[in-house]
Amino acid sequence: MNINLDIAKTYIFSNKKLTAVAAMGVVLGMSIYIFMNCMMVGFDKSSSASMFKSIPHIRVYNDDVISAPLIKDSGKQFVIINPKVVPRTNTITNPKLVAATILKQNNISIVTPQVNASVFYNNGKSQIAGIANGVLPDEANQMYNIKSFMADGDFDLLKTNINGIVIGSGIATKMNATIGDNLNLTSSKGINKTFKVVGISKTNNSKVDNISSYINLAVAQQLLKESASYVTDMNVNVTDPEDAEKIAKQLSTLTGYKAEGWKQANESLMAAFKMRKIVITFVSFTILIVAGFGIYNILNMTVSQKINDIAILKAMGFKGKDVIKIFVTQAISIGILGVIGGVIMATGLITILKNIYIGGDIGYFPIDYEPTKYLLGIVIGMVITFFAGYMPAKKASKVDPVSIFRK
Amino acid sequence: MKTILKTENINKFFHDPVEFQVLKNISFEVQQGEFLSMVGKSGSGKSTLLYILSTMDTDFKGQLFIDQENVTGYDQDKLARIRNEKIGFVFQFHYLLAEFTCLKNVMIPALKLGKYSEKEIEERAYEKLKILGLADQALKLASKLSGGQQQRVAIARALINDPLLIMGDEPTGNLDSKNSNIVFDTFQELTRNYHQTIIAVTHDEDFAKRSDRIIEMKDGEIIV
Ligand SMILES: Nc1ncnc2c1ncn2[C@@H]1O[C@H](COP(=O)(O)OP(=O)(O)OP(=O)(O)O)[C@@H](O)[C@H]1O
Ligand SMILES: [Mg+2]
Repeated sequence: MNINLDIAKTYIFSNKKLTAVAAMGVVLGMSIYIFMNCMMVGFDKSSSASMFKSIPHIRVYNDDVISAPLIKDSGKQFVIINPKVVPRTNTITNPKLVAATILKQNNISIVTPQVNASVFYNNGKSQIAGIANGVLPDEANQMYNIKSFMADGDFDLLKTNINGIVIGSGIATKMNATIGDNLNLTSSKGINKTFKVVGISKTNNSKVDNISSYINLAVAQQLLKESASYVTDMNVNVTDPEDAEKIAKQLSTLTGYKAEGWKQANESLMAAFKMRKIVITFVSFTILIVAGFGIYNILNMTVSQKINDIAILKAMGFKGKDVIKIFVTQAISIGILGVIGGVIMATGLITILKNIYIGGDIGYFPIDYEPTKYLLGIVIGMVITFFAGYMPAKKASKVDPVSIFRK
Repeated sequence: MKTILKTENINKFFHDPVEFQVLKNISFEVQQGEFLSMVGKSGSGKSTLLYILSTMDTDFKGQLFIDQENVTGYDQDKLARIRNEKIGFVFQFHYLLAEFTCLKNVMIPALKLGKYSEKEIEERAYEKLKILGLADQALKLASKLSGGQQQRVAIARALINDPLLIMGDEPTGNLDSKNSNIVFDTFQELTRNYHQTIIAVTHDEDFAKRSDRIIEMKDGEIIV
């Protein structure tokens, strides 16, 4: 074995208590870092999972915009005072072709048309405003996983019952509607239609549960007095929701329609996510730094204790960099011990939390072993220990043996 | 016989607390195989000179030649290499690494040099400890030894790399006459049979008289 390593090893083992205290600091710092970051990922996943119960990753729709001049760069300027958006049509032309085009792209998991009709739900005297989502039941279920949050009834009945409706739990309560009841809807176009309640969904998001219902696409078109080619939204899910914005941009140029990713569509929520992320990153990083200070302190102490040894080693021909190696090896060994302990402890903490039942639509505590966060924690932990050890080691390497021998 | 160590006009000053010239125009030569004693009153500058000769102290004026190589102005890494290979040093106060065994203490300079395998180094270290009558203490921790024993371990360590030059700052300061004699005889044998060179600071008149040559210092100057 290299003599520098040999000496470092002796110092580590002859000072077990000090080594243990320093390593313990890293264990705590590391485990809390990994734990908190995994928790953050869990929160994000659970928040977006509950969000994706009612919104797609990407929504492709026809956005009304102010008309651009027909002839560009004609040299003449037409003066239009107070330009306005003229709502001509907000439909997607030839939706089947658009859907097929989108589906050909990479990383797209599902594309489905949707028609949202503003309606009033009527039951006797009570009336509430809401939105009836006209969907293709199978595809909608694939997209939102509706069956997983059905409180009552059967979503599949929408397929066999063209005039069936699956209503949010809030609507069911207010309308006092149960499975099998009839429910009357009035659309903004004045069409009146009676539906049969075949299911009640419950996302636990009251904004959704109190206003939304699912009906068949064709019926939604009828409610709006439109033909079967009338589709306002093309909903797209991608394989990784994080890529949604990027893919949305591609779809937008590809189809010519506006494609909006879920992050863009929920900016205020994303801002809250971001803030949570900043706070957790900051706090967990600070804890790691504190652990680094622990190592720094203890190595500083070791260097002062060993100043005689350092002087002797240098007198016998050890170079400055040999001395650095000895103490950095010590720091890194402590770091490795701490990292191993930290990973074990973080895994333990996560396992405990993972098995705590919260209830509601969350179920078990939303946390998981996130390999990237583990890796990040290990890398940052090692980098911090390296520098925490390097500084005292550098100091040690500068020791002037003569000044020590004279004392 | 070649010159193993030479100094030309070495001067050294301390500036703290007051300007003070501790070494004045030190010029002398030591031949290979010489056994040289350095004597002088306490505070006459013997240790200070020895630190310069051993290349550990580079803050001086003048020239220092070791093994006919002018080492004045060499950087620390180069000097460290020279110390490791060519110089064995016994400090005024025994200086061992407390958490290592005696054997390991003796082995460390050789492990650093890396000329022999670990196995050979261990054998050689045992050899040196045996010469100094410490074979039975080899596996004890250095901190568990008496002062005199520690000093002898330090001497064994100074010998391990078969250095050209062995410097001792009162190498027998803590030893009884019997062990003092052992050290003296060992040194003498090294100079006679192996042409190694010894420079030993000593307050022991008897020790000095029996050596080949005496240098006496007074107030930072060599007077004899
Ligand atoms: N760091 C220092 N700063 C100022 N003066 C010093 C310093 N180190 C030593 N001296 C002075 O230099 C002089 C020589 O000291 P040195 O240690 O070389 O003496 P010495 O001959 O080895 O004495 P001894 O026989 O007692 O060991 C002394 O007067 C001492 O006070
Ligand atoms: Mg002295």
